[in-house]
Amino acid sequence: MNLITALARLLIFPGLLFAVPFAWFFLWVERKAVALMQGRIGPPFMQPFFDFIKLLGKSTPPRSGVGGLLMRAWPLIAVSAAAGAVGLLPVLPSSGGFEGDLILLLALLELPSMCIIAAGFSSRSIFGEIGSAREAVLSVSYNVVFLLAIVSIAASQHTFRLEALAHLPASPMQILGVVAILVCLPAKLHINPFSLPNAEQEIYSGPMTEYAGPELAMWELSHGLEWVAATGLVATLIAPHFTTVWLAALVFVALSFGVVLLLSVTAAATARLQIDTTVRFYWQCTLIFAVLAISSALFMRFRS
Amino acid sequence: MGETMNLWNRLMCYSRRRSPWLFHMNSGSCNGCDIELIASLTPRYDAEQLGVRLEGSPRHADILCITGPVTHNAVEAIKTVYGQVCGPKAVVAIGSCPATTNVFIDSRTLDGPLEKHLPVDVFVPGCPPRPDAIIQGIAAAAGILAERAAKRWPDESVMVPLAGEEGSCSCAHCDCKTEEKSAADSPVSEAQP
Repeated sequence: MNLITALARLLIFPGLLFAVPFAWFFLWVERKAVALMQGRIGPPFMQPFFDFIKLLGKSTPPRSGVGGLLMRAWPLIAVSAAAGAVGLLPVLPSSGGFEGDLILLLALLELPSMCIIAAGFSSRSIFGEIGSAREAVLSVSYNVVFLLAIVSIAASQHTFRLEALAHLPASPMQILGVVAILVCLPAKLHINPFSLPNAEQEIYSGPMTEYAGPELAMWELSHGLEWVAATGLVATLIAPHFTTVWLAALVFVALSFGVVLLLSVTAAATARLQIDTTVRFYWQCTLIFAVLAISSALFMRFRS
Repeated sequence: MGETMNLWNRLMCYSRRRSPWLFHMNSGSCNGCDIELIASLTPRYDAEQLGVRLEGSPRHADILCITGPVTHNAVEAIKTVYGQVCGPKAVVAIGSCPATTNVFIDSRTLDGPLEKHLPVDVFVPGCPPRPDAIIQGIAAAAGILAERAAKRWPDESVMVPLAGEEGSCSCAHCDCKTEEKSAADSPVSEAQP
C-alpha cells in the first residue's frame, strides 16, 4: 500500500501526470504575462506544448565521446530531479508511503541548476562557459539566503518533515522565511532581474547555446518543472490545512498560479541586472534579512 | 501502428507550423531590414501570436532570416551559421538586397545574391519590406517547414495510397492524388538510395 501511494504521488498527483501539463501552463503564463505587460496579445494557450513537440522532431548535431554522452545526460538528470521535487511536495493530506523531508526537496531543487552549470562547461562553447560561470556565481549568492530562509522556517516549527511543515499553523517567522524564499526564486528560475546565466542575445543563450532538438526540449521541460516545484514549495508553506483532498489540491493550484503571476509580472517590469549588482544585492541586502529571520527563529525556539 | 504514426505526423506538422523560431543574420545589410524584422516582434505587429520567437543561438532556430546583399566577408559566416541550424530548416531572405543585391549590384565588395550560396525558401522583397510582409514570409516558411517535416518521415509511405490502389484517397477533391504520390515516392527513394 505504501509503495502504491508513493508511486501515485510521484506519477500522478502532484507528480508527472499533473506536473508536466502544469509546467507547460506556467511557461505559457510567464510568456503571456510579459506580453500583456508590454501591450501585446502574446502566444496562444498551447504554445509551450507546440514548442516541445516541434523540438522533439528536430535533429541534433552529432556528438561523440564522453563529452557528447554527458551533454545528452544533463538535461535528463535535470528533468528527473525536478519531477522528483514536484512529487515530494506534501499537497494532499493523506499520509503513508514515502515521505521525503525538506533537505531532500532542497537537494532535488538544486540539481537542475548544477546540471545547467555542468552542461555549459561540457558544451565547450565560449558562451556556454560564460553562462555557466555566471550561474555558479549566482547560485553561490542566492543559495545562502535560500538555505537560511529554509532553516529559519524549520527552526521555528521544530521540524524538517514536509508533512508537518505543511500542516502546522503558520508562525510569523514562517512568513518572514517565505518572503526570503520569494526573493530568491527569480534567481533560481533565471528570470528577470536575475536572468544572467541565460542572458538572451547578450551571450547567445548561455549554457543552452549548443543544445538543439530533443535535448533542448528536455531543458524547456525541466525549466517548467522547476517552476512547478519552486512555486509549489511556497504554496505548500503558506496554504492553510485542509482535510478534503480536492480542496487541498485546488488551493495548491491557485496559490502556485498566484506566485507564478507575481514572479512573471516582476520579470516583465524589470531589466537584467549586472552580475556584480546581483551578487551585492544577495550578499548585502537579503543576507541581513535572512540572518535576522533565522536568529529570531532560534531565539523564539529557546525562549519557548 | 500506422494510425499512431499518422496522428504523430499530423501533430508534428501542426506544431512546426505553429512554432517557428528565428535566427536573424545580417550579411552586410544597411540595418533597414533588421529594424523592420525587430518591428514585427513589437506590440504593434506582435509576431509572437504565431509562436515566433527570436532565438539567440542558431542551434535553437528553425528559420534563418538573412538580410543584406552578402558581402565577401559574410559568405563564410552565412554558410557556417546555415550549417549550425539543425534540420528541418528554412531560409527567408528579407529585403531586396539578398534577392538581387538591389542598388549595390556589380559592387566589387559583394558576392551576392544570396541564392548563389544557400537554398532560399521564401523571398520577402522591399527596401525595406513592411513588418506585415515579413510576418507573412515567416508564416509561409513555417508552412514549408511543416511540409518538409511530413516528407522527412520514412514511414510516410504507409499512410498515403500505394501505386496500385488509385482512388483510395479519402479526401473530397482528389487533385491531391498526384501530389501525395510524389510525396510518397521521395522518402522511399531517400531510404533506398
